[in-house]
Amino acid sequence: MASIERPRPPAGVHTPGRAAIPARHLRTDRWWLAPTVTVVVLTAFVVYSTWRAFANADYYAAPYVSPFYSPCLASDCVPMRGGADLAVFGPWWGISPALIVLIFPLGFRLTCYYYRKAYYRGFWSAPPACAVAEPHARYTGETRLPLVLQNVHRYFFYFALAFAVILSYDAALGFRDPAGHWGHMGLGTLVLLANIALIWAYTLSCHSCRHIVGGRLKHFSRHPVRYRMWTWVSRLNAHHMALAWASLVGVAVADLYVYLVASGAFADPRFF
Amino acid sequence: MSYTGHFRVWRGDAEGGELKDFEVEVNEGEVVLDVIHRLQATQAHDLAVRWNCKAGKCGSCSAEVNGRPRLMCMTRMSVFAEDETVTVTPMRAFPVLRDLVTDVSFNYAKAREIPSFVPPPGLAPGEYRMAQQDVGRSQEFRKCIECFLCQDTCHVVRDHEENKPDFAGPRFLMRIAELDMHPLDAAAETGLDRARTAQDVHGLGYCNITKCCTEVCPEQIHITDNALIPMKERTADRKYDPLVWLGDRIFRRDK
Amino acid sequence: MTAVERHNYDVVVVGAGGAGLRAAIEARGQGLRTAVICKSLFGKAHTVMAEGGIAASMGNSNPHDNWQTHFRDTLRGGKFLNQWRMAELHAQEAPERVWELETWGALFDRTKDGRIAQRNFGGHEYARLAHVGDRTGLELIRTLQQRIVALQQEDFADAGDFEARLRVFQECTVTRVLKDGERVAGVFGYERESGRFFVIEAPAVVLATGGIGKSFKVTSNSWEYTGDGHALALLAGAPLINMEFVQFHPTGMVWPPSVKGILVTEGVRGDGGVLRNSDGKRFMFDYVPEVFKDKYATSEEEADGWYADPDTHRRPPELLPRDEVARAINSEVKAGRGSPHGGVFLDIASRLPAQEIQRRLPSMHHQFRELADVDITAEPMEVGPTCHYVMGGVDVDPDTAAAGGVPGLFAAGEVAGGMHGSNRLGGNSLSDLLVFGRRAGLHAARYAQALTASQRPAVADAQVDAAAAEALRPFSAEPAEGTDGAAPAAVGAAGGAAGGAAGGAAGGAAGGAGGAVAPPENPYTLHQELQQTMNDLVGIIRKEQEMEEALTRLADLRTRSRRAGVEGHRQFNPGWHLAIDLRNMLLVSECVARAALERTESRGGHTRDDHPQMDRRWRGVNLVCELASPPDQLAAQDPAAGQITLRRRDMPPIRADLLDLFEKDELRKYLTDEELGQ
Ligand code: SF4
Ligand code: SF4
Ligand code: FES
Ligand code: FES
Repeated sequence: MASIERPRPPAGVHTPGRAAIPARHLRTDRWWLAPTVTVVVLTAFVVYSTWRAFANADYYAAPYVSPFYSPCLASDCVPMRGGADLAVFGPWWGISPALIVLIFPLGFRLTCYYYRKAYYRGFWSAPPACAVAEPHARYTGETRLPLVLQNVHRYFFYFALAFAVILSYDAALGFRDPAGHWGHMGLGTLVLLANIALIWAYTLSCHSCRHIVGGRLKHFSRHPVRYRMWTWVSRLNAHHMALAWASLVGVAVADLYVYLVASGAFADPRFF
Repeated sequence: MSYTGHFRVWRGDAEGGELKDFEVEVNEGEVVLDVIHRLQATQAHDLAVRWNCKAGKCGSCSAEVNGRPRLMCMTRMSVFAEDETVTVTPMRAFPVLRDLVTDVSFNYAKAREIPSFVPPPGLAPGEYRMAQQDVGRSQEFRKCIECFLCQDTCHVVRDHEENKPDFAGPRFLMRIAELDMHPLDAAAETGLDRARTAQDVHGLGYCNITKCCTEVCPEQIHITDNALIPMKERTADRKYDPLVWLGDRIFRRDK
Repeated sequence: MTAVERHNYDVVVVGAGGAGLRAAIEARGQGLRTAVICKSLFGKAHTVMAEGGIAASMGNSNPHDNWQTHFRDTLRGGKFLNQWRMAELHAQEAPERVWELETWGALFDRTKDGRIAQRNFGGHEYARLAHVGDRTGLELIRTLQQRIVALQQEDFADAGDFEARLRVFQECTVTRVLKDGERVAGVFGYERESGRFFVIEAPAVVLATGGIGKSFKVTSNSWEYTGDGHALALLAGAPLINMEFVQFHPTGMVWPPSVKGILVTEGVRGDGGVLRNSDGKRFMFDYVPEVFKDKYATSEEEADGWYADPDTHRRPPELLPRDEVARAINSEVKAGRGSPHGGVFLDIASRLPAQEIQRRLPSMHHQFRELADVDITAEPMEVGPTCHYVMGGVDVDPDTAAAGGVPGLFAAGEVAGGMHGSNRLGGNSLSDLLVFGRRAGLHAARYAQALTASQRPAVADAQVDAAAAEALRPFSAEPAEGTDGAAPAAVGAAGGAAGGAAGGAAGGAAGGAGGAVAPPENPYTLHQELQQTMNDLVGIIRKEQEMEEALTRLADLRTRSRRAGVEGHRQFNPGWHLAIDLRNMLLVSECVARAALERTESRGGHTRDDHPQMDRRWRGVNLVCELASPPDQLAAQDPAAGQITLRRRDMPPIRADLLDLFEKDELRKYLTDEELGQ
């Protein structure tokens, strides 16, 4: 990869005293691939979810509810039989109910240690890839506002737990037929199950979770149960990146599925 | 099984220098350091390079190979195509001394800034009792061979010389984590809060967890996941989490 | 007079491995201003390569263990040639030295009840090695390094200067110990980085430079191991002993060629690994020597039972002392039963589950995967002997580590001789470093403390000039016939650089011009020839004619090394460094060859094809090497005469209460009847 030389005051790798090498980097591999993929996939997700969140339609196809719209905290949702339809907020001036709740998963993912890495690299180029010089003249990392706020990640984690519980409930409701009788299963049930499994795995593999269940201890040996839990979470945590992507795709697919069924483009195949 | 390889090696010193081309014999099973040694013995007797163990254990032979921070003794020639040009430069985050040798004193200065292990009062030598699961985390960090590749690749200082005074770098933030997780470290009893100072004094906040340190660590230490992020969480306990703060006050939790 | 940087300290420690750092910590602890000089960066010393562990009879794994047992094992391993007092101190003090490391932050692997876990190793009766996976040496170095930093932090808190009382001069090489009359007055050396010379004046100098392995071709040692301390001691007038005993570690990597010699830890065998030849046979059962017959298993079942139940089984023969295993491998390969690349197979894959191997031997797993494309959890390794350690070294007083005949000179660690006798047990080196490093630091400090200001030795300028001239010689090497024109240019290069820091670049330019004429002898070539000579002719199995041949070749190399020339300037110039180190390697190689020729028996790390038996009459004899002519005339040696004289010296008889630790029958194998009679 030939790198483009831009006239800049000597800084970073061009600081006087360091080895005089004009190129910003000498990597010969496809280092730009990962940040590019990140940008493409995240952008696609943002576009899709923005459209869906503002659409305020086609998010319920009994018994399935889109994860974007659950729980519904506004009073003007379509009625969901037995669903997380809590109407605590009134009609909310007709704004899409998704916007109220999406703040939380959005915040969770925005402050997630993995996503931070991904978007700092992909969108911010800080750094674009390892040993590839970043374009910024100054850098203060997460030392000051607004980025110091990333430290609240653990609060989003607590909310994320609540959401995971609610979405589990939604998935369970997928075992009822549209009329509300138990003992049903369709492709949608599976989609919601897969989605919630990924959500749980992603949520529990969170670094804050790892810290809270045991990471903050100094002596594991005095807390055998928490040590055990920490070991499990650590094992999940090793796959946090994969789970982050998988659950992101999972949510989008689950929503898309509900959309397709609700809009009548597709009929939910029923197993029993 | 040998072939003639193309090498570009940076030669020069703090005043200046350039990449020089060499044609050199490469044999089966060799690593980059072998080829550099062959250059030294046959074509450039005064080519400066640091090395010691040639087995990835001492962390002396750090350099950048095709732009990636690596140990030369652990970079096998078989990962390159025979017609590929292999570019070797000194680490680019530190001042260069000569050829492939850099001035790594930044790291030694940072090492001195991290308060040392505080032995527990009242325990004589030989009386230390620690469970294996309690020492495991710190032991991982003690695998560090101080190659300083993580320090070299970390963009906080690589790309911003001006951050050097404020930022200890991944290797030494990890050292803080090691001591903070040491089951018998008694720093807290002396009033030293390692987690808080990690942020306030040693620049943990500069790290944006982009994981380049982990990517280059030849010891495969999970620097970011196991040291830096847990330290960020521990800092958050102290500084950004009123609940934990309150809880600690009320219950005086034993950790 | 040559312009050099001068420093003043109370104690100078040369070498920053385990022994050097431990000595420095002790000397500083006694309140003295201490300097440490090392060739590499601080914390990179060869000690990091030690894998297996630190032998100390803490009795954590087996409560029967005690210092007496450790002492016994050490003497057996060294075939009773050990300086017994050293072995005694070593066995007694090792546990304290290990525990002390914990108070400085070391984290060893633990037993179930939270104490330091100990592992089995060749020649040790009980599981005795404190360890951290297979990177114990790294833990040791890092702990000592961090202890030094802690002391420097204390000094900073007191005096506002980290280096007020303890300073590390990294990447510096010492080329001479300076003297004032009989006594040590300091050291002369150069900074590798800038090529500048420096003198540190100090009444006490501790040598802790490690070994000599770089004189051999196949070695586990790093470039630093050029026998500097051995040579410095000789040149300062101190004798060396036991130089014929060189340990070949049985298991070094044999393939690929570029890593040949790199160590495969004995821990592999301690944890269950077995040696097989190309027929798949566990051949070690055939090589248990007479003296060890009743201690080692005779069948595979018995051997395998030992790992779980060491009290009722005898040890597997793979865990014989290193010299025995190395010779056995050598014989198998010679008999045509070797592996494809000229070693034998070391198999752990079929003995432990993959996960367990990764946990216990992570760096071996890593090393083979990265360097040889071998997955040790699935396939056997190929291993063969590699030059690993020199038992010989500076003749020291066992209690104080003071070198013989030169007041103010001390030596500890591998550079000191005697402790390990004719063969060192695995794990005893790290404990040796700690025990005698501390003692050397302590006694060097006491020695320096006892001097009043007026008694302190002074460094004479003439000595500094001579040392500087010697170090610069490679830049103005005597040209071979017909290339006279090269000399003036090369001298110019050196002169330019000698001018000081800024001179480096100017010298570089001049050197580049001078380099147009080929230098007379390439130091790299000389070094390779030296290594080949030692490997082939004074290697693991030795013969009289071969060693005589070796001496002739060494003499030839010595004259040629006078013409070793280098180009370029003094800033970080590895060619120049090597040219200087050659002096040391040639000196110690001659010691090894001469002593090996003299000792007409086989014992420990010295195996004579023409004298294959151990001879009890040789048991109490040390061979002492001394410099033949005054050091300043070193350059003018006549090739035939050699630089070393050899003399025999009887060892002091072993104290009776220590002898009582052994069975009479066993002693009879080693001691002569007169010795037993006493
Ligand atoms: S994760 Fe943090 S410390 Fe590591 S390289 Fe990135 S910014 Fe630096
Ligand atoms: S943490 Fe890894 S990369 Fe950093 S210095 Fe240590 S071994 Fe090198
Ligand atoms: S969700 Fe990624 S770290 Fe918490
Ligand atoms: S030479 Fe020791 S790590 Fe490469």
